[in-house]
Amino acid sequence: MSLSVSINQSIDAFSLNVKFDAPVGLTALFGPSGSGKTTLVNSVAGLSRGCVGRIAVDDWILQDSDLGIWLPPQKRQLGYVFQEGRLFPHLTVRQNLLFGQWFAKGRPPIVKFTDVVEMLGIGALLSRRPSLLSGGEKQRVAIGRALLAAPKLILADEPLAALDEARKGEIIPYFECLRDEINVPILYVSHSIAEVARLATTVVALNGGQLTQVGPAVDVLGDPKFIPVGVRAVGAVLDVTVVAHHSDGLTELDAAGSPLFIPQISQEPGRVMRVRIAAHDVILSCDEPKGLSALNILHGIIEAVRSGDGPGAIVSIRTPAGTVLARVTRRSSIALGLSEGVSCYAVIKTVAIAPQDAGG
Amino acid sequence: MTDWLGPEEWSAVMLSLKVALWATLGALVPGVFVAYALARWRFPGKQIINGLVHLPLILPPVATGYLLLISFGTQGIFGSLLAEAGIVFAFRWTGAALAAAVMAFPLLVRAVRMSIEATDPKLEQAAQTLGASKLWIFVTVTIPLILPGILAGAVLAFAKAMGEFGATITFVSNIPGQTQTLPSAIYSFLQVPGGENAALQLVGVSIFVAMTALLLSEYIGRRLAQWVSAS
Repeated sequence: MSLSVSINQSIDAFSLNVKFDAPVGLTALFGPSGSGKTTLVNSVAGLSRGCVGRIAVDDWILQDSDLGIWLPPQKRQLGYVFQEGRLFPHLTVRQNLLFGQWFAKGRPPIVKFTDVVEMLGIGALLSRRPSLLSGGEKQRVAIGRALLAAPKLILADEPLAALDEARKGEIIPYFECLRDEINVPILYVSHSIAEVARLATTVVALNGGQLTQVGPAVDVLGDPKFIPVGVRAVGAVLDVTVVAHHSDGLTELDAAGSPLFIPQISQEPGRVMRVRIAAHDVILSCDEPKGLSALNILHGIIEAVRSGDGPGAIVSIRTPAGTVLARVTRRSSIALGLSEGVSCYAVIKTVAIAPQDAGG
Repeated sequence: MTDWLGPEEWSAVMLSLKVALWATLGALVPGVFVAYALARWRFPGKQIINGLVHLPLILPPVATGYLLLISFGTQGIFGSLLAEAGIVFAFRWTGAALAAAVMAFPLLVRAVRMSIEATDPKLEQAAQTLGASKLWIFVTVTIPLILPGILAGAVLAFAKAMGEFGATITFVSNIPGQTQTLPSAIYSFLQVPGGENAALQLVGVSIFVAMTALLLSEYIGRRLAQWVSAS
């Protein structure tokens, strides 16, 4: 199943103009606030009218202006997880969960009630009212409610934004689980690069209502042109496997044959996960570095050097582990003769891979 | 209680309760509907509808009663049509109920409208994305959330209907046993020498009914508010 969106929408002076395909998995709508992410997701949901174009999940047409089709939200077969949960305060958790399922009668469920309850760990909450739940519990119930509506498409509008860091860490694994287990496209709005790096299969980057980039997450996040929220946010994402936990407090990871060491994490050996390496935590060296305290050194070939108006430049290096980004000054970029095709070493400080970036 | 009140007083009390009950019940459904429309819909002429709804509140009650008389009296536009269908308002207790309903309507609408405006439309939106049609959303989300407001509005309407005097006496007169409601009876007793005692008794009954309704609604309202938001 795949979501295809091709729409134009004008609200006052703002105009949204997008065209992309979102395959199964989690498609992150990423961009700064005011870039049109929520407008876009609400257009897909049918909650905001006045958008022209076509929105479809495979042959299930939600809207097609040429054919004169516009389904109201209740007919779109959605599961929408809102930022604030929006649980019904007068219903119990069980009744909330069953609300969408009741209206989805006659459609095959994508998950069973008991499985949802077990997966989200909300069995003990079923008879409670939402006002007695914590923020994280509310979001878990909201996810369950969306899943049980037998959706053809799951929408999530910054579902973690209202939660504190600890609660975010509690909810993220559920979205990973949805991404990996459920055969329904997920459109996920976020302005957090860490969330996108950890969750996204596909990234749709927006700025000022226009698409800036679309593609598989690993490609988009590793592309030096991908600077939607300033240079500091730039970083590469690598797929890694946990190899072993060493007695000196380090965990060894395998990134396509290259070892990486990070402070000990709780994930079991054999677990596949992602790490994000921020560009400003990478140092470049033309010669093989010796006598450095950094443990992680990747050899590679420079793919591109991109500099803007400021003093900095972003260098992308293709290494066996994947594409790594480094932020250097333009001065050192010229001094080292960094240009496309040059061989160099990317030095990554061990501590640069923060545990919160090392998503499980 | 029957011994304590004379038959005339007793029938006035019973008539008033009947009139107020029917007036409240009759005003409830259109009142909630109008309140919802005013709170949530945008349509041309909304301010005119809003003004019409509030008219009985700001017009002299006698004027409202007279308007009812010329429209719902046996010679009136609606009255003559309804009379053919066997529904007669003029000089009947049904007319008193109609007058009370019209007078209570703006109070009911205001209370319900306020509680609708206080509920978060985002919850209705969430229900919509879960597949609920407008009608189902109204029944399963909006109505339960505004129940305390509906109750408050209904009690206010009931109290207003119990005390309505001007429009009622203008529209259906003051016929003992037929259209003599509690306020009309108090007024009548005060017109005859030696009627003060009976009038005072009826004032006491009015206070009792009003206080009971108020306390009951406070209690149920608190329970409902708890039910809506907590466990």
